[in-house]
Amino acid sequence: MPDLLSIKFAEWKEHGKTVKTWSVRAARLMIGVPDYDTYVQHRRTNHPELPIMTYEEFFVERQEARYAVGKGRFRGCC
Amino acid sequence: MSALVGNGNGIQTKLLWGAIAALGAVSLGIVALSRGEPVNAAWLVIAAVCIYFIAYRYYALFIANKVLGINPARLTPAIRHNDGLDYVPTNRYVLFGHHFAAIAGAGPLVGPVLAAQMGYLPGTLWILAGVVVAGAVQDMTVLFLSTRRDGHSLGDMVRAEMGPVAGTIAGIGILLICIIILAVLALVVVQALVGSPWGTFTVFCTLPIALIMGVYGRFIRRGRVGEMSLIGFVLLLAALIYGQTVSQTPELAAYFNLSGPTLALIIIGYGFVASVLPVWLLLAPRDYLSTFMKIGVITLLAIAIIIVRPDLQMPAVTKFIDGTGPVWAGSLFPFLFITIACGSVSGWHSLIASGTTPKMIESESQIPFIGYGAMLMESFVAIMAMISASVLHPGVYFAMNSAAGIIGTTAVQAAQTVSNMGFVVTPDQLTQVAHDVGEISILSRTGGAPTLAVGMSQILSSLFGGQALAGIWYHFAILFEALFILTTVDAGTRVCRFMIQDLVGNAIPAFKETKSWANNLIGSALACVLWGYFLYQGVIDPLGGIWTMWPLFGTSNQMLAAIALVLCTVVLFKMKHERFAWVTVVPATWLVVCTVTAGVEKVFHPNPAIGFLAHAARMSNAIAAGQVLAPAHSLSEMSRLVFNDYVDATLAALFAAVVVSMVVYGFLDIRKALGTPKATAMEVEFAGAAVGGRNA
Repeated sequence: MPDLLSIKFAEWKEHGKTVKTWSVRAARLMIGVPDYDTYVQHRRTNHPELPIMTYEEFFVERQEARYAVGKGRFRGCC
Repeated sequence: MSALVGNGNGIQTKLLWGAIAALGAVSLGIVALSRGEPVNAAWLVIAAVCIYFIAYRYYALFIANKVLGINPARLTPAIRHNDGLDYVPTNRYVLFGHHFAAIAGAGPLVGPVLAAQMGYLPGTLWILAGVVVAGAVQDMTVLFLSTRRDGHSLGDMVRAEMGPVAGTIAGIGILLICIIILAVLALVVVQALVGSPWGTFTVFCTLPIALIMGVYGRFIRRGRVGEMSLIGFVLLLAALIYGQTVSQTPELAAYFNLSGPTLALIIIGYGFVASVLPVWLLLAPRDYLSTFMKIGVITLLAIAIIIVRPDLQMPAVTKFIDGTGPVWAGSLFPFLFITIACGSVSGWHSLIASGTTPKMIESESQIPFIGYGAMLMESFVAIMAMISASVLHPGVYFAMNSAAGIIGTTAVQAAQTVSNMGFVVTPDQLTQVAHDVGEISILSRTGGAPTLAVGMSQILSSLFGGQALAGIWYHFAILFEALFILTTVDAGTRVCRFMIQDLVGNAIPAFKETKSWANNLIGSALACVLWGYFLYQGVIDPLGGIWTMWPLFGTSNQMLAAIALVLCTVVLFKMKHERFAWVTVVPATWLVVCTVTAGVEKVFHPNPAIGFLAHAARMSNAIAAGQVLAPAHSLSEMSRLVFNDYVDATLAALFAAVVVSMVVYGFLDIRKALGTPKATAMEVEFAGAAVGGRNA
């Protein structure tokens, strides 16, 4: 039954990948960084004429925004 | 799972829900009715989880569908303003995590620990009932309101729906709660670190660790959050383990064995520096580390409680329900509810539910899952805190949570006093607990965090490592609490500074400019002075500070919840959904009664332990007679206490006044809404989905 086993393994590997992708997304959003691919996709589809930030620029932009004084972002008190 | 959240009405579904209801009822019965025999924590967990499921399935969905009238076809701000940055349609599970991480904090961990002085039962019942009827309803309704208003903040919504005066009053309320929260949370950290070289060393180490992470994530591998967090976590563990060596080496320990006032000044200084420095250097990396640790530890604790299933040592109800307890003053009503605050209903969440979350919701149909669901989870955190406090020997609990002014400073005195309270404990037991967790003493470690840490270390060490790791687990728990509290302190100072700049800027427009360095320095300094004043006052309070400050904090928090629920009620009337307005009227009324009673009692109660004015009068009379009353040591200290009493009394009165005026405005608005034939709620215009929201 090696075939069946390898199929199962591939399936589990796929599951593992999905879990990882979504966990990373969730963890990133918890610290205020939304999904970068979604951003790129959005820009490409809706604003093809506008520049797209690199991941590094995107990260810095989101980091500044999370702690921007003036937006009154409240978090984690109780 | 689909049977649990869906609307299926098949016979199987009905049987399933019947079983859940029966299981919950049996568990709750065991928790509530057993006397004498220790109850196993598993019953508490099962009862809580069953109640959450039933509440979600029947109450949350009822509110969503009937009361609020959510409309999955209506485009959410995330879809309409999608920019890939602030407004992003987000998977509901991912968003749930984001929302929960934003609302979870120190409140639900500390409140239940303090509430345990009345026994585990009164607090547990309120945590469960409060979240179902009040807390989760508030979070979800505010989330709904904000989603229908382009993600506007609570303050903006109050201004739009109830007018500028009500908006300003709410704004003042928000500033007050911010200051008190920062002071009280910082106080919890100070109380946990006083005279604890191990804890202090580890917490101090988080600063250089954050700087290393910050530089790594900015210059070496920009934006690699996973890598920098891993580096931070490994360094943190190293600091934690090395901390034991520090505490056992007298020359090193001396540097980290600090007094309360010194720690308070250091934390105030830290708050200032962190709020002025660029965020990527200190604030953000600490935030990342503390967020991941918070979620990780909460998960770990849940798993450990389920596997270990400890017995609750605390009696179901103690004699202190009469209000004579040593941990905090005041009778069951209103102060138990004020003390628990965040685990059942937290006004603070109304700020978060109107913050980033509404800008990322894919579809209105996800509002109950995220708003109501995340709050149920928060309530579960409170239940876990209650369990952690209740697995301790009650004698140990009271020795840890009573101020030195009450139980004395030696183990013999403390054991004597606590035993006289009816919780028989020997001096050896008290020193043994301290020894087990690697501390010099555990007496009068008020503030909840050390108690929680001892409870967590008992639970976690019986799962991993046994007695040998109890000290590590204890300091790990302290570190975890201190880390995310300090993150709240620095982020909160920034928010506070903005609010001050906004408020003062009304008089001096130049002060509003947030890019100006001078403004930033002055604003941050003002914010730190404001909360620092209350922190310092709490630290030098011979009754331990928490005694005075926690009720003030609880009152301010419940005040904000009352404001939010009044807004929700007004909007329900303006939407012409008044038939269902009882859903928010009931919790709003309860909170108004609670906060106003607490506010008035804190000011006018004739018992000096509760009423600030009575306490001030007692002190003033003594000063006039030239006497020095304990806990003060000199006449000048006495006059300072009197001054503090007046400040605290003013605050408590302000909280009550804010609530009362919001209620008055609420009534006026409701009357106006009833007199108008059509809906007047200020929602953004309906836009239907062309292809339908991606609602799962």
